[in-house]
Amino acid sequence: MSSITMRGITKRYADGTEAVSNVDMDIADGEFVILVGPSGCGKSTLLRMIVGLEDISEGEMKIGDEVVNDRAPKDRDLAMVFQNYALYPHLSVRENMAFPLRLAKVPDAEVTSRVEEAAKVLELTENLDRKPANLSGGQRQRVAMGRAIVRDPKAFLFDEPLSNLDANLRVQMRTEIARIQKKYGTTTVYVTHDQTEAMTLADRVAVLRKGVVQQVDSPRNLYNSPANLFVAGFIGSPSMNLVPGRLSGSRLELPFGTMDLPDEVAQRLAGGSGGAQAGERQVIVGIRPEHFEDASLVGDTSHGMTFTNRVDSIEWLGSELYAYLPYTGAEAIAQQLGQLAGDLDMEQSSGDESQLVTRLDAASRVEEGKQAELWLDARRIHLFDPETGEALARPPVV
Amino acid sequence: MTATTLGAEQVGAGGGRNLEAGGPRKPRGNRATEPGRSLGWKLGVVAIVAYAMFPVLWILSLSLKSDATIADGKLIPREITGQNYRDIFTSGEFVRPLINSIGISLITTLIAVVIAAFAAYAIARLDFPGKGLLLSGALAIAMFPPVSIIGPLFDMWRVTGLYDTWPGLILPYLTFALPLAIWTLAAFFREIPFDLEQAAQVDGATPYQAFRKVILPLALPGVFTSAIIVFIFCWNDFLFSISLTSTQNARTVPAATAFFTASSNFVNPTGQIAAAAIVVTVPIIIMVLVFQRRIVAGLTAGAVKG
Repeated sequence: MSSITMRGITKRYADGTEAVSNVDMDIADGEFVILVGPSGCGKSTLLRMIVGLEDISEGEMKIGDEVVNDRAPKDRDLAMVFQNYALYPHLSVRENMAFPLRLAKVPDAEVTSRVEEAAKVLELTENLDRKPANLSGGQRQRVAMGRAIVRDPKAFLFDEPLSNLDANLRVQMRTEIARIQKKYGTTTVYVTHDQTEAMTLADRVAVLRKGVVQQVDSPRNLYNSPANLFVAGFIGSPSMNLVPGRLSGSRLELPFGTMDLPDEVAQRLAGGSGGAQAGERQVIVGIRPEHFEDASLVGDTSHGMTFTNRVDSIEWLGSELYAYLPYTGAEAIAQQLGQLAGDLDMEQSSGDESQLVTRLDAASRVEEGKQAELWLDARRIHLFDPETGEALARPPVV
Repeated sequence: MTATTLGAEQVGAGGGRNLEAGGPRKPRGNRATEPGRSLGWKLGVVAIVAYAMFPVLWILSLSLKSDATIADGKLIPREITGQNYRDIFTSGEFVRPLINSIGISLITTLIAVVIAAFAAYAIARLDFPGKGLLLSGALAIAMFPPVSIIGPLFDMWRVTGLYDTWPGLILPYLTFALPLAIWTLAAFFREIPFDLEQAAQVDGATPYQAFRKVILPLALPGVFTSAIIVFIFCWNDFLFSISLTSTQNARTVPAATAFFTASSNFVNPTGQIAAAAIVVTVPIIIMVLVFQRRIVAGLTAGAVKG
């Protein structure tokens, strides 16, 4: 077990493109860190630089107290689980798991006991003498993990380990991975594009975009207090509503209404990066779907804004209700949102009309095609600078 | 005549059954179960097998005939004799060339496969300058007509002392066999997922260990395939053997049969030549039978989710 320290880690290809730019990260001993981001954001490259399968163009990579930049993968004492498992097809499950131990010249008796113990933990005991070809996807996944845990390495590295499994198995293996990581307490770096995996498994999540780390924080902090537009749009499902707003003093004008910012938000704004600016300014306002509510179901509407809008469609899910509200005026930030949608591999809503996604109490009686009175919790709104995308007043973590 | 027809039908029926057995694996296989098409298949198989096997049967028949009946033009010998086989193994004209053939072919195969395995691995895995040139150069050599280099080679071998020695044949065989082996093996190596090697490296293997413990076992079918190709090429060669040898020191069987002498000067050694031809076919048959079990597709199944 070991900590992993990255200082100014950069991966630059021969043609000058940077897959990973200037990453600083400290992963503590025993910590479970997840690298997340849309495809092509450099998360796998970063993982492969940790394990040594990619050269580091610039910067310093330390495992424990040792700089490992120039060490071959075999000398880094890390275990990796590949996306496609990469099991050795000519070896039995037992020999697959024993492979790293045999290379390390571990005595036979110890190899046997360690493999059998790992097999017990992973419920593979009955399959030890089978070949990988005769195993199911989930079992192959376990063998790949078995090969990692028998070694007691300094850290586990996972490269999208669940993306080849079907949905049910994925949830099951996710719990399994969490259990095993807890059991062994080994430092773990895990790459995924699935934010559910990131949010449920990690101690801390690093969000990457185009090779640049956007924010490294606990899942709770990422969700409640995203550092910029990209993190705000990426984390959360359905994702945060991003609407244009006009800020003058503490008055915020939204396409569907105007409100006074609560004192706490105004204070944060004054203390934050956008602070001293007086007069009018354009902002991007981020509102999570669950921070809307049916006004008739809210007792105290004082710290929010009540507004009336047409409801396009609703989805009633039993425990909650999603209402989709059309509004106009998003052209003001269309360029920023278009770029964001491109980065997130999402489709941008076309046309003049945009849609608000709201999550209401299941008891709500809003109806499709009719006007509805909704309330929005002003304490929980996020404000972003339209130029830089940085958060202006980050709400406190709840 | 009746016997021949019956035999042919049996061959046909066997062929048909094989096709049907192969049916489920090939989507189109069930066509063969339609009666008309099935019959057509059988007849086609019989025709091809008969066409290919007839010369072999004829040689076998010749080798079993006595000198007196050798020219009677009958496929079934009137009486069967092992005299020709006894003759070739006692005369000394055949045993030494047989040893030469086995030795030279095996050594060439071994060297070619080992060198080709390393070369093909590098070609499949690494990007190095001149890779394309190397591959096309190898292909060009393999396509080069051997007869055009025989003359210069003869002179060079006389000067360097390689003439009429084992290395004198092994070297030119390697020249032509290596490109074939490299191309075959490179194709097999490319099929093996790169992740397996990286997994091995992360598991603590040096590049050589990853090659020996992971890649090579998976490429075994390819190794055996290229070994067979190389072996058959050396075993069958006549041109180099007849041109670059002068005594039984290095002369291989194909060339040696041309120098067979009969018991008397007035008879052609047809029977012995036929017997020698049958004997040299046996190793090839054994080799293919032994190795075909190793040449199984799908050895990498289960390595990665595909």
